[in-house]
Amino acid sequence: MTSSKPIVVENSWERLRAFTDARIGLGRAGVSLPTRKLLEFQLAHAQAQDAVHCPLEVDTLARELQETFALKETPLRLHSQAEDRAMYLQRPDFGRRLNDDSRERLHAAAASQSRVALAVVVVDGLSALAVQQNSLPFLKALYQQFEQDAAEWPLAPLTIVEQGRVAIGDEIGALLNAEAVLVMIGERPGLGSPDSLGLYMTWAPEPGLKDDRRNCISNVRPAGLQMDEAARRLFLLLKEARQQKLSGVKLKDRSEDNVLEGDAATTGSTQNFLVDD
Amino acid sequence: MAQSFHSTVGSRHYRFKSLAELMAKATPARSGDRLAGVIAETAEERVVAQMVLADLPLTTFLNDALIPYEQDEITRLIIDDHNAKAFAPIRHLTVGDFRNWLLSDQATSEALTAVRPGITPEMAAAVSKLMRNQDLILVGKKCRVTTAFRNTIGLPGRLSTRLQPNHPTDDVTGIAASILDGLLYGSGDAVIGINPATDNVAQSVKLMRLMDDVIQKYQIPTQSCVLTHVTNTLEAIEQGAPVDLVFQSIGGTEATNRSFGFDLSTLAEAEAAAQSLNRGTVGRNVMYFETGQGSALSADAHHGLDQQTCEARAYAVARKFNPLLVNTVVGFIGPEYLFDGKEITRAGLEDHFCAKLLGVPMGCDVCYTNHAEADQNDMDNLLTLLGVAGCNFVMGIPGSDDIMLNYQTTSFHDALYARRVLGLKAAPEFERWLAEMQIFQDMETHRLNDQLPAAFANSLRHLPKEPRHDV
Repeated sequence: MTSSKPIVVENSWERLRAFTDARIGLGRAGVSLPTRKLLEFQLAHAQAQDAVHCPLEVDTLARELQETFALKETPLRLHSQAEDRAMYLQRPDFGRRLNDDSRERLHAAAASQSRVALAVVVVDGLSALAVQQNSLPFLKALYQQFEQDAAEWPLAPLTIVEQGRVAIGDEIGALLNAEAVLVMIGERPGLGSPDSLGLYMTWAPEPGLKDDRRNCISNVRPAGLQMDEAARRLFLLLKEARQQKLSGVKLKDRSEDNVLEGDAATTGSTQNFLVDD
Repeated sequence: MAQSFHSTVGSRHYRFKSLAELMAKATPARSGDRLAGVIAETAEERVVAQMVLADLPLTTFLNDALIPYEQDEITRLIIDDHNAKAFAPIRHLTVGDFRNWLLSDQATSEALTAVRPGITPEMAAAVSKLMRNQDLILVGKKCRVTTAFRNTIGLPGRLSTRLQPNHPTDDVTGIAASILDGLLYGSGDAVIGINPATDNVAQSVKLMRLMDDVIQKYQIPTQSCVLTHVTNTLEAIEQGAPVDLVFQSIGGTEATNRSFGFDLSTLAEAEAAAQSLNRGTVGRNVMYFETGQGSALSADAHHGLDQQTCEARAYAVARKFNPLLVNTVVGFIGPEYLFDGKEITRAGLEDHFCAKLLGVPMGCDVCYTNHAEADQNDMDNLLTLLGVAGCNFVMGIPGSDDIMLNYQTTSFHDALYARRVLGLKAAPEFERWLAEMQIFQDMETHRLNDQLPAAFANSLRHLPKEPRHDV
């Protein structure tokens, strides 16, 4: 006997997806996910996993950066103490320190380095994809901010780090005699956001600093926080850090005070379609 | 009194300098213990440690505190609250005999309930290290822990779910959309619980009101919770907010909890404050705790212990405050603590077993992050195993994808799969509501209604035409 009933039951409330990115109204085959929705999820997870495991193409990125910004020297290639991805994922402490070879080369390169305002450190982190795709457009936007500013912003040579964590920038910034360090790092990928770049700014970098000394701007990607806006915010943080000679929680507290007034949380409205009569 | 432990296998001599070292080295392998530098150096050393541990009398754990009594209020809680009378029937056992007893026909559900106050977290952790996954499941299933607020959770043959409608900007319409989706898939009997994106008192109160409105309008026999810091919820109670449950993440050492910004007296104050509101209808369990292996090490507060022993000690904190719900967030912490699906699965079963043995109403956030070596198949396996083990509740989230916390946990669909394949049901009060609302057309066969139930069809007519963003 054949039935005219559809095999997959669609959910009429799927149109609520206009109000959220949550995977609501997926429908069902019995009580299970319909094939198309299953595969959409699998694709998002596959992209996130590839972002974690595909290595950064360092030569390509270094060449692009050198050409785009007409650098005299190619960016310095550095490596953490985590030899490969498996070690990187299990030993975050190794990802926070340079290996001996990198440290020696950085010492040599920085021997005659005069005091600079900022060291920019590009780190693969948990998404090489994010760094590969977004670090160059972000830096373009940031350098534009420097050029438009009245003050001078002398920069340390660019460095690119493989198998690195955020804190590895502390050692690099210190060796490069920089007032502040900016670490641009691939963030842990979410489903649907495998290319998210994180920006961490630290004033007076030195090895052993804790996270409360850093300011973070997250979710920098074409479908998230736009490059120009991220560069504008980062530049404001940098200027503030330079003026107050600090970064981290103390700096962040003040910047948040300014936006609290506009926070809808304080208006307290809970009006929504489920309870409106 | 501190002592060292020795054993010889063939020509090789093994020495374990302390009880803490013995416990750590007896632990099935996981990345967090490697990171802490406490893991067994070889597979043989691990089994030798398990053999030495098996021969230790259970009373060892009453005399040799892993973290000194003077240094840690959780050690004091464990020792001071130990019930010698309840312990009497198992007092003569070694750890290895304790495993045999737990698996034996003598250890009925009633016997397990009776000895509970005599078991310390360290005894539970020690015996779990000798147990295979099937042992953890079998004994876990025999332990019954039932709690109640507006419904009854943890009854045999039941599997409840926390409806987790998180949204990256706490958008009210977005959250309401996820709540509707969950309710229409039969989710939410454990709690409707939101992790707020903006963690302050005003925002928490707003979300509490939102959920309270929904629960009242549809007369849902469930409870709500905003997973904000315990001190925020205390402030919300003072402001007169509709607080059902008080949430807090807890760990197994005093230093871990101080790093989270609370101590035991804070939790006592919170439990009393929430109970004073008298909002429960069928019970007075008002606390909701989350735990997870690795949190103590992550806070640099593990005192050289392995992460599973620290985790078990957190259950001493939990059971002191009569929680409605406790769950381990087993795969959230990342691969440096639990590397892959195998380690996550083992940890989930250990946490469920130890908690239940100690009398904690254990659920599980069966989950993983995108940098762990795990996928949906691993979650299917652990969900099924925990369903068999009698786990009190799991999470329910649209399509497994938490768009606020950026991790994957069990979906509304997943919970229905587990209920259907294992013949499990929602909490009885909630089950009746699901039938009355015509969300299901047949509760026995877990058949959802193909039509939109009338009460919700009416609500969807209020839908704004254009997306509205509150934040």
